[in-house]
Amino acid sequence: MAEREVVLITGTRKGIGRCLVDHFVRKGMLVEGCSREPLDWALEHYTHHAVDVADEGQVKAMLSSIQRRHARLDIVINNAGIASMNHILLTPADTVDRIMATNFRGTFLVCRESAKLMQRRRYGRIVNLATVAVPMRLEGEAIYASSKAAIVTLTQILAYELAPFGITCNVVAPTPIATDLIRHVPPEKIQRIVDRLAIKRLGCCGDVTNVVDFFVKPESDYITGQVIYLGGV
Amino acid sequence: MPSQEHLDRETIARLVMSSLHDVLSQKDQPLPDLANGAVHLIGQQALLDSLGLVTLIVDLEQRLEEDYGVALVLADEQAMAQRSSPFRTPQALTEYICLLIEEQKAHGRA
Repeated sequence: MAEREVVLITGTRKGIGRCLVDHFVRKGMLVEGCSREPLDWALEHYTHHAVDVADEGQVKAMLSSIQRRHARLDIVINNAGIASMNHILLTPADTVDRIMATNFRGTFLVCRESAKLMQRRRYGRIVNLATVAVPMRLEGEAIYASSKAAIVTLTQILAYELAPFGITCNVVAPTPIATDLIRHVPPEKIQRIVDRLAIKRLGCCGDVTNVVDFFVKPESDYITGQVIYLGGV
Repeated sequence: MPSQEHLDRETIARLVMSSLHDVLSQKDQPLPDLANGAVHLIGQQALLDSLGLVTLIVDLEQRLEEDYGVALVLADEQAMAQRSSPFRTPQALTEYICLLIEEQKAHGRA
C-alpha cells in the first residue's frame, strides 16, 4: 500500500482541476486525475487517465487501476463539469443530456466507485463542486445550475449513506473564476454576478483549495453533508 | 491470479462465506455457525442489517473482479425484482452468482 495519501481529482486538464493537482502534489500526495482529452503538461507524482466520467466502464477501470497500484484512496474531488449558458426557450434537449451526463452522472459514478475503495479502510473524504448559480438562481444557467443542485442533493444524501463507512461528503460552490468555463460569458454578466456577492470580486483557485483543505483534513471527520458557498452568497 | 476457469460453485460458496465472515467480524458481531448454510442473511432473525448486506455485496463484487477477473453487478434491478431474494441465504447468493456468471458466458462477456 502507498505510504502517501492518494487523491483523485476529475477534470484536471485545465482550470480549477489543474490548480487542485498542483496544490495536492505540493502537499506531497500522490495525485490521480482524469479528463476526456489528453494533457499538454506533465507533473511528477501525477498520473493521468483519459476518462469520460459519464462512462461507467471507464470510471470503473480508472478506480481499479488506482486500487491495483496504490491499494488506497483517501480523497476524491469531483471537479469535472461542463456548462452551457442559454435561455430555456433556446436550450436543445441534447444540451441537457450532455450537461447532466458529465456533471451529475459523472459525479455519481466517481462517488460510487471511489466509496467502494474507501470503505475498505473505513476512511475517505469526498468533495464535490457546485456553484453559486444554484442559490443565486442565475438566469441563463437553468440547466447548469440544476445539474449542480442535483450534485448538492446527491452529496447530502451520500453523507448519510457513507458516514457508517467513515467517509465524509461535502460541497464547495465557487463564484465565477477566470477559467475556460466562463470564457464565453459576457463580462457585463459576470460583473452583475460579482455585484450581488457580499465580497465583490472574482474567485480564484486559492479560494477553492482553502475550503477543500478544510473538508479533507483528517480532523474534519465530524463535518459532512455541508455546502460552502464562496463570496458570501 | 486465478482465472475465471477456477471459479466453480464450491469456490464461489467459499467466497461468499469468507466475505460474510469478514463483514460480521468488522461489526464485532458474534460469529454464528457459518457451516450451517441455512442461516438467513436478510429478513427476520437475519445475520445482517441493511448496511451489512451492502458491505457484503460490495466486498463480493470486488473479490470476484480482483481475484478472478469477473465483473458482476450483484444488486441490479433483476436481483431486486425477484420474488425470492437472491440475498436471503448464503446458498441462494452462491446460486445467484453462478447464474450471473453463466449468463455472462452465454453472452460472451466473461
